[in-house]
Amino acid sequence: MGQEAPTERVLLEMRGISKGFPGVQALDAVDFTVRRGEVHALMGENGAGKSTLIKVLTGVYRRDAGRVVLDGRPIDPRSPKVAEALGLSTVYQEVNLIPHLSVAENICLGRQPTRFGLIRWRAIARRAVEALARVDLAIDVAQPLSSCSIAIQQMVAIARALDVSARLLILDEPTSSLDATEVEELFSVVRKLRGQGMGIVFITHFLDQMYEIADRVTVLRDGRLVGEYETAGLPRVRLVSLMIGKEYVEAEAAPKAPPPKAAGKPPFLEVRGIGRKGAIAPMDLAIAEGEVLGLAGLLGSGRTEVARLLFGIDRAETGEVRVGGRPVVLHSPRRAIREGFAFTPENRKVEGIIPNLSARENIVLALQANRGAWRALPRRRQLEIADRFIRALNIKTPGPEQTVGNLSGGNQQKVLLARWLATEPRLLILDEPTRGIDVGAKAEVEKLIQALRAEGLAILFISSELEEVVRTSQRVIVLRDRAKVGELAGREVDERTIMRTIAGHEHGD
Amino acid sequence: MTLRLPPKYVPLAATAAVLVVLYAAGCIAYDNFGSLRVLVSLVGDNAFLGVAALGATFVILSGGIDLSVGAVVAFTSILIATLVGRCGVHPLAAMALALALGAVFGAGMGALIHCFGLPPFLVTLAGMFFARGMGFVIHEQSLGIKHAFYVERINQDLAIPLTGHIHLPFTALCFFAALVLAIGIAHYTRFGRNVYALGGDEQSATLMGLPIGRTKVLVYALAGFCSALAGVVYTFYMQSGNPAGCVGLELDAIASVVIGGTLLAGGVGFVAGTAMGVLILGLIQTLITFQGNLNTWWTKIAVGLLVLAFILLQNFISAASRRSVAAR
Amino acid sequence: MATDRSQRIRREWLAKLVWPVAALALLLAFNLLFTPGFFHLEVREGHLYGQLITILNHGAKVMLLALGMTLVIATGGVDLSVGAVMAIAGAVAAQLINAPGVPFPAVILAALAAAVVAGAWNGMLVGGFRIQPIVATLILMVAGRGIAQLITDGQIITFTDARLVYVGNGHLLGLPFPVTIVLAMLAVTALLARKTAVGLFVEAVGDNETASRYAGVSARTVKFMTYVFSGLCAGMAGLVAASNIKCADSNHAGLFLELDAILAVVVGGTALTGGRFYLVGSLVGALLIQALTTTMYARNVSADVAPVPKAIVIVAVCLLQSETFRRKIAGLVRRRPA
Repeated sequence: MGQEAPTERVLLEMRGISKGFPGVQALDAVDFTVRRGEVHALMGENGAGKSTLIKVLTGVYRRDAGRVVLDGRPIDPRSPKVAEALGLSTVYQEVNLIPHLSVAENICLGRQPTRFGLIRWRAIARRAVEALARVDLAIDVAQPLSSCSIAIQQMVAIARALDVSARLLILDEPTSSLDATEVEELFSVVRKLRGQGMGIVFITHFLDQMYEIADRVTVLRDGRLVGEYETAGLPRVRLVSLMIGKEYVEAEAAPKAPPPKAAGKPPFLEVRGIGRKGAIAPMDLAIAEGEVLGLAGLLGSGRTEVARLLFGIDRAETGEVRVGGRPVVLHSPRRAIREGFAFTPENRKVEGIIPNLSARENIVLALQANRGAWRALPRRRQLEIADRFIRALNIKTPGPEQTVGNLSGGNQQKVLLARWLATEPRLLILDEPTRGIDVGAKAEVEKLIQALRAEGLAILFISSELEEVVRTSQRVIVLRDRAKVGELAGREVDERTIMRTIAGHEHGD
Repeated sequence: MTLRLPPKYVPLAATAAVLVVLYAAGCIAYDNFGSLRVLVSLVGDNAFLGVAALGATFVILSGGIDLSVGAVVAFTSILIATLVGRCGVHPLAAMALALALGAVFGAGMGALIHCFGLPPFLVTLAGMFFARGMGFVIHEQSLGIKHAFYVERINQDLAIPLTGHIHLPFTALCFFAALVLAIGIAHYTRFGRNVYALGGDEQSATLMGLPIGRTKVLVYALAGFCSALAGVVYTFYMQSGNPAGCVGLELDAIASVVIGGTLLAGGVGFVAGTAMGVLILGLIQTLITFQGNLNTWWTKIAVGLLVLAFILLQNFISAASRRSVAAR
Repeated sequence: MATDRSQRIRREWLAKLVWPVAALALLLAFNLLFTPGFFHLEVREGHLYGQLITILNHGAKVMLLALGMTLVIATGGVDLSVGAVMAIAGAVAAQLINAPGVPFPAVILAALAAAVVAGAWNGMLVGGFRIQPIVATLILMVAGRGIAQLITDGQIITFTDARLVYVGNGHLLGLPFPVTIVLAMLAVTALLARKTAVGLFVEAVGDNETASRYAGVSARTVKFMTYVFSGLCAGMAGLVAASNIKCADSNHAGLFLELDAILAVVVGGTALTGGRFYLVGSLVGALLIQALTTTMYARNVSADVAPVPKAIVIVAVCLLQSETFRRKIAGLVRRRPA
């Protein structure tokens, strides 16, 4: 762990921060320290607590326990506005500014210089130009914000933060929508601000960028502090294993090798060079019937983006897709469904379940949509199907008419699975299917996947739990930073190899 | 040399173009269309709609909607007429009371919308019913106003003489004054800019620390005030109050706002555009009157088609600008 | 399992119906106590008459509109044009019935077809061009009356054809014919919603459009169909309205009825944001509104003042349905003992 910092260099100190919500302890006695003139990265997988920590810091949430000291003074901000006044500014991934207003106005909004109550526009323009100069930007401040690229918009957001006299700048996933040049420009500004003594918190999923810009990194996992490290002395593989929670796995007893796939079978799905700007770099992919292909990588590496392209939710800009040898254009989910595809999304609340409808209605929805509105499944048939899957997947519900929104997360996921299984698909894309499911149910789902595979289904299995990916898949495609970095098969499919592929073999063992 | 207009002014330019084209067409097609008298009555007749539409513009810019406009105008008119005619109150006092009531009524609707998250559509609908009914509670029939203030001051003293026998009616002056004030509020006060921000992206505006609740309540109060002011102007124009009048005025106001280039989703638009929209509505009516053969219902069809055209234009422009940003 | 299923459905359904039914019951109780003769029913020439029948009869138009509006609102949209579409349908019927050589079924079909076309226009704007429903239907609301006046050439067209007059004024089995139409349309709508998958799709799209699309539901088609259906209902209401007064008055037919219809649907339990819809609830809501109006009339309150209690009812029901309101009231109540 890092050595104790001399106190005059400490800008922000959070000690023992805890925050709980009904059913989940988001933060458990987390410490977080940022020094003056430092870029400090905050990393962790889903549910690690990064965004909760920041929201506690900026007053969106109130902490349950712990202490926050800024510049030697204890603080307890009750709202983002108060936090901003204290000198804490956040720039979010979705640039929270007003797109139709001008750049200058966005920088000064809420604090416009006035005379006799009337706004002085020239003063605003001057102040905006000065603020932008601090981030090395010289653009026309009168143009609407929406006409600027996302990269520029982020700079404007940073300029606004500086104009509010921020002492600590929090950048929440700032590089997700930027290309390489824009990232460099952002980093040079960040370095300049660091040189001026600001503290900068940098939240990102991109390992390469983190190593390039951050001085120290704090790793969170499952709401707890794993540790604070200097990036210079932290090997990548170690960082990855800290985040995922796996210690180095020596060659242990080889896991049960999954049955070898039948030789010579043409792939059911064959994809060449599929890609979309900002989502995933062009890559190849193939899945055969009766095969489970795993997609592994850290959060933000592009896994869900691949799934969305394959299911027709997003249009691919490059690449060619063949199903059973036939070229197809997957321009919509309906098209994909007609090819026999099925997809359980990662964000099941927003994209998966219909919360106010019953389990029965949720389960038969895709099947019914495929049949059309006029060939309605009779109520008895619907109940049959619903009951069948409730039993098969062991969905814990008082009955098929239970409102799905009231079911636990795990059972909601099972309802989603049931929906797609009811359509008897040929390709099943599962994005984090076991997230939020208890251990027993997880085992059931994994058994089910193997059973489906044995029946001849092609399955794309996306998960951030390496253990699971290894257990379930016969081949694994590894993604990092929105690009494919490796494809493993047979004996190579083990956690250590996957982690090394993600980390990029750079720092050796 | 090509003239490049910043995209945000394109709808405004389109509205101006339509206004000019309609006016020119009228002048070419009919004698006397281009006369001063026609111009004066165009502004004077539509002044009360104009004032109401200015208030509606702010509400729509903030991302809301106000269906109570017509009802409040009618209520205000009969309130003033009754106070002056039956209760012996001086017109100025009656007007002051009416304006205050309008603002309070609007603030009340705004509070319901903000504090309880009720949809603006429903709350202002209820407001419309309420104000309409209350107008009839005050007085069942229309009531003329014969106070000296109205007959002499408004009609004669305050009308600006132009050439010949033509006067610019006081109603037109009210409209211009309201327009200037509205532009001032929209572009030179923090409240006005907060309205634009609120309509542009409410979530971002909250994160930026802007006073969202206060802005919402104030914007509906402003709209209520403008509707009441429109009622006052209406009494100048009709020299009477009528609880059954102005049915559907809110639709004309909304149409003016949309034709004037303001997005119904909020965040984009100009008060000046609404003023032009009001004049366009008036021009269409005048053109049809001059035509003589076409009946007045063509106004409604024309207005409907114009609104559609402008909405499609807005959709087209925003889709185009989204594509150009993505391509960068 | 079967009892559990029907238990759950009935519980949710009842919970939503409680408020409008209670309000209606309250209103009727008020009349029972304070309005003499309100519940008086008599039979004349084989037909039932009385204030209760008046409520059913006059409320028929809003009930028809509310049926179509329920589906539209359930998808998260709204249809402001139904009043204007009523005027169009009435205008078409009046013109054709007076034209020589047009068979009666053709008159009815033409009027309904015109209404359906209007609905399709709305559906195309909302589903096809993705224009906001308020805006899209506002256009037809404004232009539609102009179109209706175009059809009638600005006149009020009267007619005397007994068959058309029967639509709005006749009686069937003792009840006014409009009530029969309402019951028939309720049956049709219920069949459409529950016996086909349309109801499921409408509720899914309204509750979570993204998830529905990912499940393969064509949200655009679903929305389009709801507007077409709303147009059809408006067409029927327009025929009843014209028949009631034996003429087509394009200026006044259906004026403000769209607002009553929306109010009826919201009071009846369907949320403005879409999702689950309650057809019977909408009908009860429409009855409540009509009962309010009839009560006012029976107590010699001017029809012009009736909107005031309507407004109070809207706000009260919306507040009760608003979670924020219930939370704040609960918070107030809980704080007192401390």
